[in-house]
Amino acid sequence: MEIDPFVFRLSIFILSIFVGYYVVWSVTPSLHTPLMSVTNAISSVIIVGAIIAALAGNNENIFNEASVFGFLAIILAAVNIFGGFLVTQRMLAMYKKKKK
Amino acid sequence: MISINLLALFYLISGVLFILALRGLSSPETSRQGNLFGILGMSIAVIVTFLSIGNFSTSFIYVIVFLLIGGSIGAFIAFKIPMTAMPELVAGFHSLVGLAAVFVAISAFLNPEAFNLGFTGNIKLASLIEMSIGAAVGAITFSGSIIAFLKLRGIMSGAPIIFPGQHILNLLILISIIVLTYFLCTTQNSNLFWSLIAISFLVGILLIIPIGGADMPVVISMLNSYSGWAAAGIGFTLENTALIITGALVGSSGAILSYIMCKGMNRSFFSVILGGFGGTDQISKSNNKEQKPVKSGNSDDAAFLMKNASSVIIVPGYGMAVAQAQHALREMVDTLKKNGIKVSYAIHPVAGRMPGHMNVLLAEANVPYDEVFELEEINNDFANCDVAYVIGANDVTNPVAKTDPQSPIYGMPILDVEKAKSVLFVKRSLSPGYAGVDNDLFYRENTLMLFADAKKMTEDIIKSF
Repeated sequence: MEIDPFVFRLSIFILSIFVGYYVVWSVTPSLHTPLMSVTNAISSVIIVGAIIAALAGNNENIFNEASVFGFLAIILAAVNIFGGFLVTQRMLAMYKKKKK
Repeated sequence: MISINLLALFYLISGVLFILALRGLSSPETSRQGNLFGILGMSIAVIVTFLSIGNFSTSFIYVIVFLLIGGSIGAFIAFKIPMTAMPELVAGFHSLVGLAAVFVAISAFLNPEAFNLGFTGNIKLASLIEMSIGAAVGAITFSGSIIAFLKLRGIMSGAPIIFPGQHILNLLILISIIVLTYFLCTTQNSNLFWSLIAISFLVGILLIIPIGGADMPVVISMLNSYSGWAAAGIGFTLENTALIITGALVGSSGAILSYIMCKGMNRSFFSVILGGFGGTDQISKSNNKEQKPVKSGNSDDAAFLMKNASSVIIVPGYGMAVAQAQHALREMVDTLKKNGIKVSYAIHPVAGRMPGHMNVLLAEANVPYDEVFELEEINNDFANCDVAYVIGANDVTNPVAKTDPQSPIYGMPILDVEKAKSVLFVKRSLSPGYAGVDNDLFYRENTLMLFADAKKMTEDIIKSF
């Protein structure tokens, strides 16, 4: 009997929730806004699914009904990736220590 | 073309880099490096996905073009957006993640072969369940975030929208989603899939409209969490480790932030979700007791009090963001410091419209982050401080939360502003805050009300100094 790969993915998922739990509690409250914008950016890694979906069309028919949704998702996720990381960078650059 | 195992390892590396990105946020010094880890993780994920397909056909060029279109829109927004608009920006971004999840799920449903999920009309059962969850949660995230965006942007009123039978309706819809998913899995009928998405859009709207403006920090954190669970659902469908790890991280991050926000208001998560808090009926109730004596002053009085102080604590709130007063405030603090006065800032967890909102605005105005303190860190210092300058905050300073069990905000942790020798309270009028509760602080012996716009008053104080 082999273990279903789903079980492995579920294990990764559950362990990641715990990792997330401890990592996020260690985030300083003053950085909670950048935390939200960066989690936003990284959740757009969904773009990998969008890319696979978009490239599933064949050469004669690049924009078939399935791949169109992939292309649309690429735009949405790309807005989020660039927007999310850049706005986080912009915010983090503003946090300065007292000049001694 | 790279092997499927190598691909999975690269996705794992991406996932680890995302964990490090969040880890970096434990202090401002490491945060910028953390963000770079995040960018690196994202680049790896995208590049190896390209390599895994390897078929560099014409459609590949289109993918790059669409990526750049989206990327330039995102970059443009990121550079242009004013810091005061961060809450609505984040809500807007959440909606995009949600919609992207819906689109990927649709694409996988229409063309399951591309993802190795079986064939059209005969998709593997597990995959079908996973993509239904991804699509439903994604759709809820999308429409919910749109409503949150409209409320935060002021396009839609922040007042809760309530109608009879609302909760029963929501419950019925949630049940229908489960029933639909069940029949979708047994029949593979595409109409059921479309209905599922349509109903989920409706749930998102119904879920957010009853929640009032003051509860927005919870809503926005909650939607953050949903966007994570949607990503994880798609991650299971696509059997992609990077997505599963990220989804779990984002999901738990949003859940923790929701918890912190609820605790900051002493409300249960359920009471926030059920909504209706901060309605207009509560405001009208408190209007009849405005007869109590109030001391009011002008900028000269305020400057005089501050000149004679040795320590001042600033309490900023959402009103500071609305008035864009953060820069003027920093200038005032500079003046105070030049006169040898010790100044610190006290931030309540739910000040503003999203977690950490005030901190970002103060950072924007060049306030060093080591002068800014959280509630627990600074609350004992009010007793020893000469002047508390409350600018744009209200409910979070109301002593009633400690004394009156009848009050809707009873039990909420508050900043002990009333313990300061004198309190300067900048406000346009005596109107109550979002909770609709009259603030006892206005009528205290040691409170001086400064009736003016927050920015104008702060600038006038600088002039009077």
